Amino acid sequence: MAVSDSMHAHDHDHDHDHQVVPSDPALRTKALESLLVEKGLVDRAALDALVDAYENKIGPRNGARVVARAWVDSAYKERLLNNASAAIAELGYGGAQGEHMVVVENSPRVHNLVVCTLCSCYPWPILGLPPVWYKSAPYRSRSVIDPRGVLREFGLELPEDVEVRVSDSTAEVRYLVLPERPAGTEKMSEEELATLVTRDAMIGVAKIAPPPGGAA
Amino acid sequence: MNGIHDMGGMQDMGTIQHEKNEPVFHEAWEGRVFAINRALGAWRKWNIDAGRHGIELLPPADYLRMSYYEKWLTRNVELLVKGGLVTREEIETGKAAPGSQKATPPLTAAAAYAAAGLRGNFMRPEAEAKARFEVGQQVRARNMNPVGHTRLPRYARGKKGVVVRHHGIFVFPDTNAHFLGEQPQHLYSVRFTARELWGEDASPRDSVDIDMWDGYLDHA
Repeated sequence: MAVSDSMHAHDHDHDHDHQVVPSDPALRTKALESLLVEKGLVDRAALDALVDAYENKIGPRNGARVVARAWVDSAYKERLLNNASAAIAELGYGGAQGEHMVVVENSPRVHNLVVCTLCSCYPWPILGLPPVWYKSAPYRSRSVIDPRGVLREFGLELPEDVEVRVSDSTAEVRYLVLPERPAGTEKMSEEELATLVTRDAMIGVAKIAPPPGGAA
Repeated sequence: MNGIHDMGGMQDMGTIQHEKNEPVFHEAWEGRVFAINRALGAWRKWNIDAGRHGIELLPPADYLRMSYYEKWLTRNVELLVKGGLVTREEIETGKAAPGSQKATPPLTAAAAYAAAGLRGNFMRPEAEAKARFEVGQQVRARNMNPVGHTRLPRYARGKKGVVVRHHGIFVFPDTNAHFLGEQPQHLYSVRFTARELWGEDASPRDSVDIDMWDGYLDHA
């Protein structure tokens, strides 16, 4: 009991320290925001709304819906591969960092992987803001020179006869990978299929696993 | 600029740290920095290319040390000062200069959700620009080393590839980043084999597609 109490106290102190000593960028950000609000350069409520939009409304579930539609509707898939921006807009998605979309299709022969070696370009309207690893030096540097090694780090070992195509997002074109539909999903609805689609598969660092228990 | 940001092909940067169930923002201040950047964009004092170049101008050691949103924060302070919206003294004191007029923010809360969906505009289909290349053509990326902003990564310079997509006419970042005009050019995806980029040890099947403006390319 005593041990547990002391551990609890320790944990509490630890958390407390973090809260009362904010990191330097936190302080600088607070000071900058106050200044910008005081000068009328930004509206605090607009900042709240932007944070809310990207935390709660814009994320990879949007992309998952696009992928699931392409899996069940071959005419939609064709439109998606030929004019991705328009096909994605059909589902109501579009906006900043997704103005000019290209969708690249994975198959048993070709595996696509998306990177931005120069900064952090990523299709926000359908995948949300990029994860830290996507923006990190290890991923950005090695994806183009050793894509198979990078995929292995994500637990994906590709056979040698599969062609790996990396797309380096150097312009305002944003890339989305259309992953392969896993086996055993023939009877699943579009909505059920969308729940299988992961962000990582739409970047190309993973495949989509068959549903647990096989065919639905 | 042959800066640290141009890291395609570098090795030994460490393992990739994949985080399960990663939050959109790890700390509240990151979200504020993101939103401040977006809201300030509405002033149109700089463009996306100037913003990217602002990050590239951070000293290399800082670039590697700082977290992503710390880089944004530092860059935004520089853009604010250069853009004349805020003075260095105001940043240091945290207070508006005495007697300075209060502005009206161009982005309101009501418009902020729409702003998240607001399309940027980088295509210039009406511009008079000649397409020197077409899909299927062999090209060579120019060997150039400009000291300013460019989106031609070092690892592709001098390499031979094939045009696989023609995207249309786009704003040219190399001039736009320096407020020297949009000078729109045709944009293509060029496919380079892994062996062309990295030599005989690379996989004979693999390739890298890179988006490239007309002016980055020569006939091969």
